[in-house]
Amino acid sequence: MSKLDSKIPEGPLADKWTKHKNDINLVNPANKRLIDVIIVGTGLAGGSAAATLAELGYNVKAFCFQDSPRRAHSIAAQGGINAAKNYQGDGDSTYRLFYDTVKGGDYRSREANVYRLAEVSTNIIDQCVAQGVPFAREYGGLLDNRSFGGVLVSRTFYAKGQTGQQLLLGAYAAMNRQIGRGKIKMYTRHEMLDVVIVDGKARGIIARNLVTGEIERHSAHAVVLGTGGYGNAFYLSTYAMGSNVTAAWKAHKRGAFFANPCYTQIHPTCIPVSGNHQSKLTLMSESLRNDGRIWVPKHKKDVEAIRNGSLKPTDLAEEDRDYYLERRYPAFGNLVPRDVASRAAKERCDAGYGVNQTGEAVYLDFASAIERYGKEQAFVKGLNVEDKAVITKLGKEVVENKYGNLFQMYEKIVDQNPYETPMMIYPAVHYTMGGLWVDYNLMTNVPGLYAIGEANFSDHGANRLGASALMQGLADGYFVLPYTIGDYLADDIRTGPIPTDSKEFDDAEQKVKGDIDKLINNEGTKSVDHFHKRLGKIMWNKCGMARNEKDLKEAIQEIAELRVEFYKDVFVPGTENEYNEELAKAGRVADFLELGELFAKDALEREESAGGHFRDEFQTETGEAMRRKEFQYVSAWEYKGQPSEAVHHKEILEYENIEVKERSYK
Amino acid sequence: MSGILNSSIGRKFAMALSALFLMIFLVMHVSINFTSVFSEELFNEMSHFMGTNPLVQGLMQPILIIGVIFHFVMGIILEAKNKSSRSIKYASNTASDNSTWVSRNMLLTGVVVLAFLGLHMYDFWVHEMTVKYVEGDMSGLIDPNNAESGFRYYEELREKFVSPVRVGIYVVAFVLLALHLLHGFNSAFQSIGANNKYVRSLNGFSKVYSIGIPALFIFIAVYHHFTH
Amino acid sequence: MMNLTLKIWRQKDANDKGKIVDYPISNISPDMSFLEMLDVLNQELIEKGEQPVAFDHDCREGICGTCSLYINGRAHGPETKITACQLHMRSFKDGDTIYIEPWRAKAFPVIKDLIVDRTSFDRIQQAGGFISVNTSGNTQDANAIPIEKENADKAFDAATCIGCGACVASCKNSSAMLFVSAKVSQFALLPQGQVEATDRVLNMVKQMDDEGFGNCTNTGACEVECPKGISLENIARMNREYLVASFKG
Repeated sequence: MSKLDSKIPEGPLADKWTKHKNDINLVNPANKRLIDVIIVGTGLAGGSAAATLAELGYNVKAFCFQDSPRRAHSIAAQGGINAAKNYQGDGDSTYRLFYDTVKGGDYRSREANVYRLAEVSTNIIDQCVAQGVPFAREYGGLLDNRSFGGVLVSRTFYAKGQTGQQLLLGAYAAMNRQIGRGKIKMYTRHEMLDVVIVDGKARGIIARNLVTGEIERHSAHAVVLGTGGYGNAFYLSTYAMGSNVTAAWKAHKRGAFFANPCYTQIHPTCIPVSGNHQSKLTLMSESLRNDGRIWVPKHKKDVEAIRNGSLKPTDLAEEDRDYYLERRYPAFGNLVPRDVASRAAKERCDAGYGVNQTGEAVYLDFASAIERYGKEQAFVKGLNVEDKAVITKLGKEVVENKYGNLFQMYEKIVDQNPYETPMMIYPAVHYTMGGLWVDYNLMTNVPGLYAIGEANFSDHGANRLGASALMQGLADGYFVLPYTIGDYLADDIRTGPIPTDSKEFDDAEQKVKGDIDKLINNEGTKSVDHFHKRLGKIMWNKCGMARNEKDLKEAIQEIAELRVEFYKDVFVPGTENEYNEELAKAGRVADFLELGELFAKDALEREESAGGHFRDEFQTETGEAMRRKEFQYVSAWEYKGQPSEAVHHKEILEYENIEVKERSYK
Repeated sequence: MSGILNSSIGRKFAMALSALFLMIFLVMHVSINFTSVFSEELFNEMSHFMGTNPLVQGLMQPILIIGVIFHFVMGIILEAKNKSSRSIKYASNTASDNSTWVSRNMLLTGVVVLAFLGLHMYDFWVHEMTVKYVEGDMSGLIDPNNAESGFRYYEELREKFVSPVRVGIYVVAFVLLALHLLHGFNSAFQSIGANNKYVRSLNGFSKVYSIGIPALFIFIAVYHHFTH
Repeated sequence: MMNLTLKIWRQKDANDKGKIVDYPISNISPDMSFLEMLDVLNQELIEKGEQPVAFDHDCREGICGTCSLYINGRAHGPETKITACQLHMRSFKDGDTIYIEPWRAKAFPVIKDLIVDRTSFDRIQQAGGFISVNTSGNTQDANAIPIEKENADKAFDAATCIGCGACVASCKNSSAMLFVSAKVSQFALLPQGQVEATDRVLNMVKQMDDEGFGNCTNTGACEVECPKGISLENIARMNREYLVASFKG
């Protein structure tokens, strides 16, 4: 028997959650007052969990490293949130959302979890509307939906390009209400640096006040991590600068298993890197692929001419362009899923067809869309459909209405007008499907330690569908954790407050202080960013969109060496008793340097291609991902002192309600 | 309702109400003054009415004085509070890129107008009060003992605008009043919460008012100066 | 490539007096973002063993509202409708001198260098910036109350506020009216927000006043500098809501 018990309830799939809710223990309202819960991270998952647990009566302490809980990176999600409301009457259902999510995840997620996600998705929309989240509406006053990421129904709710922001502000408002009532104690500009385990249970955290540098002890009956993903291991990503793996990694080092670290989503439509100074990548919404056509030149000589500026992309003849997605995937064309689109871009650029100076960019061209819409409009308005100038003007207006803000954002960053010349895009790290292993109750294998939202591994398998991240974060925080955590806490009603003067707290604090001392007193010569950038290069080149055994083995070794060099040569200015961003960064990069190695190790172990994980060795003759039945499991890694010594556990995935099929987009 | 004047919005509201009241007063004042340009008789009659009617003198005049003082005192209180909201100034601040000079200098324009008001009071009001209530002459006649001598108001008005210095001061003050109104007019509506398509359509009118009213005052002064 | 002189506010901590310090910087690409230019400066300072300039930043794509720089006398720099992280060096030219200061307001005390404490904004929201609805899973159906599209769109426009504080920083009175009114307006325009409307506006304005923000004199600077283009109309709406609430309460 594996060490991993997923605790999936018995019974038919559709009844599991209801049955489970009826079976689990509850804590009576009077006793909830006696129980403290720590929540780290205040994004959609952490924020919604904090608010809901406080409403229920628990004493919540919430922590975030940002200056306000409202700034968690959930705000950056643009497109929307899925829910099986079937408001459009187009045949959507809980089962269909469940099915799409499991298939989209390339059959590497847990059936019962995903079904529950689909089930509570409708409650999320009700809840958010009641909170005053301003979703887009139709003229009739009812909620509008759009289609997203190649599914067959319109189930995505949205608030223009700010869905994440608006949902987070909803959760933030719910938190504020509880902060005002005194049920949540909010600690901003605090970073969690360790979990404290007492008698095998998570009983508190050590946190650093980022303003004063003070190391603080906080105890609770349970600890919940909603600390997001670890894509910043790649240095360049669409993540916020502060996003990090530290909380999850410290939990891992205290015994929590880390699941599927290698599953990374690389988003196809991001603005390419412009130079070495680049600190961060910007995503352009996936919706652009509805109207943009992706291409590179057919001939190398044209590539050269474009790169040196002697040829303008708009001057290249139609027959000299390679619309490679339309060529390779005639059925889905430019609308293939994210993982497929990203790999195809990489394939062309690796072959030498990249269209910018760095050779890592492809065109996303709206000329055909402008012409098509222009002709439509000219026809509708009874104008001359042959008049090029009229068509272009009208077409641009349509495109501006649909994507104006995105085009403007592009122009601000790149200083090129995408109405006149094709956009340049390239894939970038965007989301991590992997994370802390959790059971059906969202508890890690450490009792009392929970992981929710992107921080856990549970619902997206090997690839996440568009508009599903917001759904999962809020489902976990509003509708799942508040029930499941009660089952665990029911045993703690007589425990009383957890003291912070125990040996376990002493030890954890000593460890944290020791780590900080080591970094701050290191007589090194190179900045933290220097190492972070080098780690990012290794990750991107060897653990990126396509991986192979040789590269992965090299990556493991190089990362281990880089880690040694980091501890020898990193220089952290200032002291530990003040606001010191370099010190905070150093701690985070130290953890990325360990996670990166485990990431590569996991990718090496997974000898198949699935979703965001593509192994060169495992592809079909036509270059498509080759999934293998023998790898239909979750890899959960147990920490043993060094990433290289991590012990591999498997949770076999069973599919009883869904037929495991090949994903084909041809 | 309690303590509304202690709140920021309540104070702004009071400020705006007093402003709207003063703006209506200006219209009345300029209308009466303007009669002096075309009819000495009408001007005299209206002046006498305003100067002797118990309702105007006993009720309207005190309200006006309170309104002016309130507007001024509240303006100072708000400005002091606003100044204290930023203890360290910016080393570099290019406010002209995001706001108009007049909107940022209401205190300056207001104080100049107030200083002028001092002069104005001294010129007309103190004189009036002395004649009417100290000397007890409520007749409004040039020669109180001669009913045939006619009203004194028009003559006194003409007399005041002989001095080019006084006319100069007058002109400057009303230019500043125009500036004050250019921001103040719309600002008052915004403060009482009226900012919708109807109020915004007043935009053109607000410019006409803000420039027109002071311009008329100036015209009257200059007219009398040059026709004397 | 550009060479520039930076004049940056340096302040060790909240108790330090602080001063402007000059830093020459060279080889700046016009394609860099403004914050990447500061990254370059910081790397140079670290290599020299000096303390890097502390500044707030996170998403670097103009949505989180963390960055807060007063650049050459303007909140978020010379361009409009963007945050400092979206500002690029092509907005400057070789040889320029650039002042970089923190937001200045009594209610936003400096923590270090260019970082200020904006928790006053959080406290205002805690005073009433919410609709009291518990998470039960039995909330009424999202489509039970249709909302007129015009109001829904206006509520959205008000809700786009990212809480950066540029309105306060650029206001000559350090007034937070645009920020507070955006939240008040969002809820005032939605049927869900009506029940608590009276208490919400009274409590939020009281908290705003208690935090030491100045008063609005309708200069409109906030609207110009707001990276999300929040309209002054919201302030008028809040004034209205407040006055009605005052007479009611």
